[in-house]
Amino acid sequence: MKEVAITSGRMNHGVDPLLHAWGWEIPLYLFLGGLVAGILFFSAFFYLRHRENVFTAAIKVAPLYTPVFLAIGLAALFLDLSHKLYFWRLYTTIRWESPMSWGAWTLLFIFPLSVIWAAFWVKDVYPNWDWKFPIIEKTIAWLAQFKKWFAWSLILFSGILGMYTGILLSAFNARPFWNTSILGPLFLVSGLSTGAAFILLISRSEQERHRFSQIDSFLIGTELFLIIHMFMGFLASTSVQIHAAEMFLGGPYTAIFWTFVVGIGLLLPLLIEIMELRGVTVPAVIPAMLVLFGGLMLRFVVVDAGQSSRWLYKFMEQLVF
Amino acid sequence: MRYAMAIDTKRCVGCADCVVACQRENNVPEGFCRDWIVEETTGTFPELQLEIRSERCNHCADAPCVRCCPTEASHYEEGGVVLVDHDSCIGCKACIASCPYDARFVHPEGYVDKCTFCIHRVREGKQPACVEVCPTHAMIFGDLDDKNSEISKALRTRKYKTLIPEAGTDPHVFYLL
Ligand code: SF4
Ligand code: SF4
Repeated sequence: MKEVAITSGRMNHGVDPLLHAWGWEIPLYLFLGGLVAGILFFSAFFYLRHRENVFTAAIKVAPLYTPVFLAIGLAALFLDLSHKLYFWRLYTTIRWESPMSWGAWTLLFIFPLSVIWAAFWVKDVYPNWDWKFPIIEKTIAWLAQFKKWFAWSLILFSGILGMYTGILLSAFNARPFWNTSILGPLFLVSGLSTGAAFILLISRSEQERHRFSQIDSFLIGTELFLIIHMFMGFLASTSVQIHAAEMFLGGPYTAIFWTFVVGIGLLLPLLIEIMELRGVTVPAVIPAMLVLFGGLMLRFVVVDAGQSSRWLYKFMEQLVF
Repeated sequence: MRYAMAIDTKRCVGCADCVVACQRENNVPEGFCRDWIVEETTGTFPELQLEIRSERCNHCADAPCVRCCPTEASHYEEGGVVLVDHDSCIGCKACIASCPYDARFVHPEGYVDKCTFCIHRVREGKQPACVEVCPTHAMIFGDLDDKNSEISKALRTRKYKTLIPEAGTDPHVFYLL
């Protein structure tokens, strides 16, 4: 028997009995970051492939939402800070070793990029749009000469943004459940998948929907593969990581993860999309909403479970406060 | 200079005087603590073994909390002491998540707080409050680079361990066995 008791009493708020540094703000922000990365990637990619007239929702309509999503994400991130008045300190230094730092700088670039990219398409989507000030109109027209370059930098930055949301967590060696290099690609693929689902949701064209159904199905398949791979990696690793995996294989996160993330968020939409591609008509909204819901749940479960996994006193049942 | 602490598990009786001394010295807000007592029982009755430890931030030499801090608020001071600069800390809590010892917390004023090895006292030539107050003299604080310091001697002559060295942070609080 081994029993560990903290006898002097320790109930540090947010740390005991289980770490709870991050609540709903960070998972929401990670979800929106991934979603925006997905949307911007598809928009820029298909723009560069000259599909403007085929994939209008992807290239022109979806990006209009991205500044809003990013703003909500940033607001959530800001709300999470406990020493808010000092947030500008993020921008007085760059620390390459800190994913938080280069993530903050990435956001500083991608936010204006998303605004400019959206501005390029506003008139295509709303023909009666009026910029009010001719100077804005002129600036946008001037910038539009470099559209191609904007598209390329969007591909670059959306890749960084999509990866970063996963790397942010996997960089924490102190939390065994996050400490897997699979988390980067998993969040990237999930971000792309939610991006594709969002395009599916707003698209009016049969051809576009068909293509994005295909893309999404492929991405969901990849996600499932990565999830299986992640658990195989954990189970073949050290005792702390085996213990972290066990939280999902019989432990407290089993039901929520396999039902909401994998079942409703991945398998069900995959099934529906495959049926659709085979000719059964299901409103595209259903799988799209499910994928978005699954992506959000994935962030919530991963952020929460990571904080419950630890090195010291790792077997919670051993620990008495 | 490399500051470190050695805690004698054979002497510590778990009275928690160090915890109280720290709270008073450092004005630790109510409901929080920078150090705490752990009692680890192994074996089956009546063959039981008890190890008592006073735990705190390990002032790791390869500290993940310093690495992940986006603003350089978490940093190394003289002697490798890990400190948080309150006016640079934005309260992102990355460092809290990064510490395998759960040694950090958010101070009610918003910045992140933890053990400082009482660096303000050490600079005045005094011992950290917890060390000074310990009734069984179970704690030794000092400079590992000084071969004649009490802590260097203790680590030369006694068996010791660190907590979860496998987490790879190179902790500098040693437990004499
Ligand atoms: S014990 Fe935790 S807070 Fe202290 S230096 Fe090591 S990682 Fe940082
Ligand atoms: S909470 Fe403060 S000390 Fe900790 S990583 Fe963030 S800015 Fe640095």
